Amino acid sequence: MTRERIHKASVVGGPAPNLSDYDEACRTFSWEAAARALDGLPGGGGLNIAHEAVDRHAVGASSARVALRCLGADGVVRDTTYAGLRALTNRFANVLSALGVLPGDRVFALLGRVPALYVAALGALKHGDVFCPLFSAFGPEPIRARLSLGEARVLVTTEALFRRKVAALLPALPELRHVLLVDAREDPPGSPGVHALGPWMERASEAWTIAPTSPETPALLHFTSGTTGRPKGALHVHGAVVAHHATAAFALDLKPGDIFWCTADPGWVTGTSYGLVAPLTHGLTCIIDEGEFEAERWYSVLQDQRVTNWYTAPTAVRMLMRAGEALPKRYDLSALRFIASVGEPLNPEAVLWSVAALGRPIHDNWWQTETGGIMIANFASMDIKPGSMGKPLPGIAAAIVKRTLDGGVAVIDAPDTDGELALRPGWPSMFRAYLHEEQRYKKCFADGFYLSGDLARRDAEGYFWFIGRSDDVIKTAGHLIGPFEVESALLEHPAVAEAGVIGKPDPVALEIVKAFVSLKPGYEASDALQLELMGFARKRLGSAVAPREIAFLATLPRTRSGKIMRRLLKARELGLPEGDTSTLEAGA
Amino acid sequence: MNPDAIRESVRRVLHAIAPEADLDSVGPGTDFRAELDLDSMDFLRFITGLHAELGVEVPEADYRKLGTLDGCVSYLAARAPAAGTP
Repeated sequence: MTRERIHKASVVGGPAPNLSDYDEACRTFSWEAAARALDGLPGGGGLNIAHEAVDRHAVGASSARVALRCLGADGVVRDTTYAGLRALTNRFANVLSALGVLPGDRVFALLGRVPALYVAALGALKHGDVFCPLFSAFGPEPIRARLSLGEARVLVTTEALFRRKVAALLPALPELRHVLLVDAREDPPGSPGVHALGPWMERASEAWTIAPTSPETPALLHFTSGTTGRPKGALHVHGAVVAHHATAAFALDLKPGDIFWCTADPGWVTGTSYGLVAPLTHGLTCIIDEGEFEAERWYSVLQDQRVTNWYTAPTAVRMLMRAGEALPKRYDLSALRFIASVGEPLNPEAVLWSVAALGRPIHDNWWQTETGGIMIANFASMDIKPGSMGKPLPGIAAAIVKRTLDGGVAVIDAPDTDGELALRPGWPSMFRAYLHEEQRYKKCFADGFYLSGDLARRDAEGYFWFIGRSDDVIKTAGHLIGPFEVESALLEHPAVAEAGVIGKPDPVALEIVKAFVSLKPGYEASDALQLELMGFARKRLGSAVAPREIAFLATLPRTRSGKIMRRLLKARELGLPEGDTSTLEAGA
Repeated sequence: MNPDAIRESVRRVLHAIAPEADLDSVGPGTDFRAELDLDSMDFLRFITGLHAELGVEVPEADYRKLGTLDGCVSYLAARAPAAGTP
């Protein structure tokens, strides 16, 4: 591992970072004080994310400031001011009322990076509903599973996504009463409950008063994946906005007047906490890029939009690295002050590349869907040890622990010792439940710690280093994929008898999804069948979740209790020692 | 290399990555990535696959030129070694 250290004392110029003295900030910080940076609903009506993100900036001089600058796939730039965003989100809240949607209902979005997504999210929060984004690259099966588990009442999507991925699911989703199509001009015939959103928005009033919501009122639902079973719906509350706001100031160094670009898709938690909520609570201009990754275009966006703070992902950084060091030097990146990344560990080479190619380091940070906000980060004022995720934020107590036989945990104080990364609960954006799965939620906590499932170590200076997952969840291109969800889809194919899915190391995406399958009698392994299974899985799961490689095995290794040994499949894939196989049923 | 052979190669490479994708459903001048639900990892594998099949090294800066079937044909035809040349 590279031990080259990037000294911040040698970096000159620019304004002083928000967090200039880490130790002092940790000593003096309190969440109560952090909450005072927000306004609260007028008249003591509690706390609502949408008020902090939109309405409080939609008065006076800041109302004319651009909140959202959407760079359309068609090349057109669409600006929405804070005043405009207030009006649109108010209209959307009124549309929900007119449809008979009740506060507390769950409003889902299946959309790409378009302004309508932001309007739907913030309008739903104004209405008192729980908003849940879905990744638009999901196939029909992950969409159905999440809409069903989340008991979606409303889905906001496009005509094309509805036609291709949702229409056929409707009979299986009785709770889903309304589908709102953001780009349809009129209601599609023969589909009751499916509406063109435009006419409803035009009829709706621009006036809306947010009803009281408390810091503990549910606000956001994000699905994540476990090793076994169904996706888990991590539920967050309005009070999370305190953490979104404070952590963005510390770990992304957001300052008044900044232009912020978060490249994460809003279908995932990063794209919501930091692509939507945090920059707006700071009253900044958010860049929304509708297009897909392209190195040259990304550099153009950084240059032309004068982006000051950029939050991206390691996979994207590694793709930029492939485009070479010379390319960014053709662009004027002088406005860029702070770069951060999240999703999977940023390899040391990428940090050093960034210094050479972009003239500034990338600050990696760590958090999860469950934590709702950044927990451990490299700060603007702090030396970077490339490859490290940095240090805990002020207000966050992190530890390395090991699980004990009695179901508790023991804290590991010795530096440079592998263990599980654990956090002391109490920060405002911590998840409050896995929807309808109390046992699974309880299992995340022991002896006063939240157990992250990530293995890490802490060095003598207090920097944390990611080691791997303690379970079989796959980290690919910044997304968590549950092997069970992929295996279940493959098992629906008539030829497949067994399926085991692992993360195979990949130089760009960290891991790619690889499946091993055994076939039922009467089926022969062949290239044609392999392609058929790939296509079958992609149609159900979508490109982001489906396996990129499928291999045939005569039989899959199982434990005596019948569980497929994914770890053994992975060890074999990597050519590693297979370890103790004594519990195996069939050491195929 | 002639355009028909290139089209055939593009189809073969794409089929190996996204067997469910029907290139015929997309106009030859339309960006097939969004139409066929290909993500950036798929596209990267597509470019790598073309390199393996045709021996054409595509610098990252040129990736965008290969987002349509017509784009692939014109880009690769100019660079792929003619059949029979070593």
